[in-house]
Amino acid sequence: MPRSVFAIRFLGFFWFGLLLWIPPLHAEWDPQLARMLASGDFDSRIGAIRQLVASGDPKVEGILKAMAEDALAVANDRLLRHSEGITVDLSTGTTLTPPLPAMEMVSINNRIRREIQAALALLRLFDAKREVRLTAAVALQNRATPEMVAVLERAMEKEQDPEIHDYLFLGLALSRLNSPDPAQRLTAVRALGDSSSPTVKVTLTRLLQNTQEPNDNVRKEAKTSLDRVSRRLAIGEAVASLFSGISLGSILLLTALGLAITYGVMGILNMAHGELLMIGAYTTFAVQTQFRAHLPELLDAYLLAAIPAAFVITGLVGVVMERTVIRWLYGRPLETLLATWGISLMLIQGVRLLFGAQNVEVANPSWMSGGVMPIPGVVLPWNRIVITVLALLVLAATWGVLNRTRLGLFVRAVTQNRAMAGCVGVPTSRVDTLAFGLGAGIAGLGGVAISQIANVGPDMGQGYIVDSFLVVVLGGVGQLAGAVWAALGLGIAAKALEGWVGAVIAKILMLVFIIVFIQKRPQGLFVLKGRQAEH
Amino acid sequence: MLRRHFLKLLSLTAASVSLGSLALPTPVQAAETIKVGILHSLSGTMAISETALKETALMTIEEINSQGGVLGKKLEPVIVDPASNWPLFAEKARQLLSKDKVDVVFGCWTSVSRKSVLPVFKELNGLLFYPVQYEGEELEKNVFYTGAAPNQQAIPAVEYLMSEDGGSATRFVLLGTDYVYPRTTNKILRAFLTSKGIGEADIMEEYTPFGHGDYQTIIAKIKKFASEGKKTAVISTINGDSNVPFYKELGNAGLKATDVPVVAFSVGEEELRGVDTKPLVGHLASWNYFMSLKNPVNDQFTKMYKDWAVKNKLPAADKVVTNDPMEATYIGLHLWKQAVEKAKSTEVDKVIPAMAGQSLKAPSGFEIKMDEKNHHLHKPVFIGEVKGDGQFNVVWKTPGPVRAAPWSPYIPGNEKKSDSPSQ
Repeated sequence: MPRSVFAIRFLGFFWFGLLLWIPPLHAEWDPQLARMLASGDFDSRIGAIRQLVASGDPKVEGILKAMAEDALAVANDRLLRHSEGITVDLSTGTTLTPPLPAMEMVSINNRIRREIQAALALLRLFDAKREVRLTAAVALQNRATPEMVAVLERAMEKEQDPEIHDYLFLGLALSRLNSPDPAQRLTAVRALGDSSSPTVKVTLTRLLQNTQEPNDNVRKEAKTSLDRVSRRLAIGEAVASLFSGISLGSILLLTALGLAITYGVMGILNMAHGELLMIGAYTTFAVQTQFRAHLPELLDAYLLAAIPAAFVITGLVGVVMERTVIRWLYGRPLETLLATWGISLMLIQGVRLLFGAQNVEVANPSWMSGGVMPIPGVVLPWNRIVITVLALLVLAATWGVLNRTRLGLFVRAVTQNRAMAGCVGVPTSRVDTLAFGLGAGIAGLGGVAISQIANVGPDMGQGYIVDSFLVVVLGGVGQLAGAVWAALGLGIAAKALEGWVGAVIAKILMLVFIIVFIQKRPQGLFVLKGRQAEH
Repeated sequence: MLRRHFLKLLSLTAASVSLGSLALPTPVQAAETIKVGILHSLSGTMAISETALKETALMTIEEINSQGGVLGKKLEPVIVDPASNWPLFAEKARQLLSKDKVDVVFGCWTSVSRKSVLPVFKELNGLLFYPVQYEGEELEKNVFYTGAAPNQQAIPAVEYLMSEDGGSATRFVLLGTDYVYPRTTNKILRAFLTSKGIGEADIMEEYTPFGHGDYQTIIAKIKKFASEGKKTAVISTINGDSNVPFYKELGNAGLKATDVPVVAFSVGEEELRGVDTKPLVGHLASWNYFMSLKNPVNDQFTKMYKDWAVKNKLPAADKVVTNDPMEATYIGLHLWKQAVEKAKSTEVDKVIPAMAGQSLKAPSGFEIKMDEKNHHLHKPVFIGEVKGDGQFNVVWKTPGPVRAAPWSPYIPGNEKKSDSPSQ
């Protein structure tokens, strides 16, 4: 077929060009290339890309970059970079104004994107900056094909950095697996044992399955390498699964911690707890909107401002709730339950009127996007790491307030024996207000955390109220430590179950477990020791 | 004293509850109007997708009214909010048909909501225009389906993924929200994949509840499944606002479209508004319309909606987008208008036969026709890749409109089903 012949011919040019590194002779490209890049089917475009790379022109990197970023345009057979309203001629580097009328954007698909990524990575192996070379080598370690051997070898010869060297070696090993020389295949297979890439596992598995490998020694070595890679991957999976459990646990903890104070310590059945979370999340949204409007250059820092704002606003809502409604209903749990449920409906409707019924968009600050890779193959997203840290900080602060401050002492005194505390001069009613405000404020912080992960909408709180009560009840009423263990335990168990039976069944199993647990141990995980006044 | 206080509170609560369930105020009735019911969730998990359809319907009604209305009468919208609550859909549908006496209803998104209102429309002989792609396996006299049937969306998308341009995938993850549409679509896709020689071991099916927000485990599972040897693609039938956490997690976990492409059937421009699409570039969606299509009808359609958003002060009005179900709503209203004018009546039994063969130059750039028999549209299919700005770049399309096959040939027993609704 002419198409594949075409592709193969250019493939030849491509590697040949890289090998010799032909110096650029002229700044202009064949105009036909521009036409091929802009129109025609994906096969001929890939051909054009390979031809460009083969030309060895240093400007090719700019073209490929523009193409990868959807910014490449063609006008009158000239290649342009057009993004954010600025058009630059890629062959001369001059900025063109106004944009040419005949300009046509070059569109790409995943197949071309893959081609460009590999080509860019190959070009960048010879970059002067270490970071650029490292990223390129990492990208190529799984993608190396037999055609790349020559380029990789040349890059390795030149490379001084040991880390980059290792990655190149892995890439080279992968591409050498098809070498006719068994000794070379043996070294390649052995080297691959040091990899932690799923691609290597796949390649080795296939090598063993298809019995395409004639040499027994190589097969044996491949088996050993495969075992090593699999073991490393299994560890990675376990770490990832544990992390997702801890992450879910920390979110549960943040949502439940406020309730652990209002319900757990003070004994108030606060059905509006979920709505306090919602107010915290909406405060985050409002702060983000303000930053966007007034301080766009500091937008990434909006979250830091949202944390105190959410605490104060939700805390104030809590204080108002306590002063106007809840304090009149102490000792009457059923009425409290109904009244706070009513408050929750009013809060939902109020937010709906203020912000609209649709979800609002709370964007992660850019420093919370993406993730970190502690072990190859395991990505821990930044937003979850930040939330786990936030949960720990909030927990420490709450524990500090309850156990190390005068207010905390009063709160504990009032909840343990209200009458006696009053007799020795504790202002019980003010303590109630402050404690409820504290619990509400902490719920607001939970709302900030949720806004970074889940959707923010008027009825988002409904989804968290049940989970929050489960954590508090499971942990043992009247206890902070219980809530911590319950949240972590529930998080890790839920994630483990989810991986095993799926999200829907996992949710059911968790509820069944909690029902059985509460029947066997109604007091929860932990019980306060000593005498206690009735709530 | 306490009790009185409590009573006051209860009455406040009751007021807020009734406020929530009240329908939006309907305009005072003019003497000669034709009432058009709009039945879309304006709150709850589906509001992310359905609110824009209400706006589109209102805009189209205004457009029709400004051109003189239908049969010399103005259209009068009656809006209700079924709040993503499936039984409430049936209640609200009944209210529209028997209390407000609307002549036609435009509404529903999820198949479960459509299934919930179907008995009401059949019992009261109403007329429903359903604007969203769905699983097929249904053909009702009282419903016109202006979204895609599986052969107009799902099957072409999977064929594309298996082609060389689409990445030659031979392993598939079928991921969806747990209800009738994803389950049925996946049943059809499983049969289709099996007929193409894909083994059971190479298909993973996974479901999450409505409103699910934590996709860590599922994405870890997809990663593992994809690393077992063959080119893998994900087919997502996740619906509603769960898509936002799903795509956020996908971006954060570094699962790139060049490695494992995700093709979605319920994600369009509107759903991606709440997401940073830069890490998602290259993931796909299959629809019968994209906002980025270049043709005069679409330019006019998108401009009309943008103007509408600014005029009505919609949230983020400068950034509104159009999408496939919005186009389907627009087409549906216009075709209904043409049918009413042909029948010279809004009576359901006269409008239904008049709908057959109605056609319109649609924003997709093609002449869209209502099939003479099966109550579905002939529509073109486009496959688009997500771009950094939240729009789609069309990478594949059918040469022209495709006739819908509501009874998928990949489900056994369907070959005997009739191609037109029973009367």
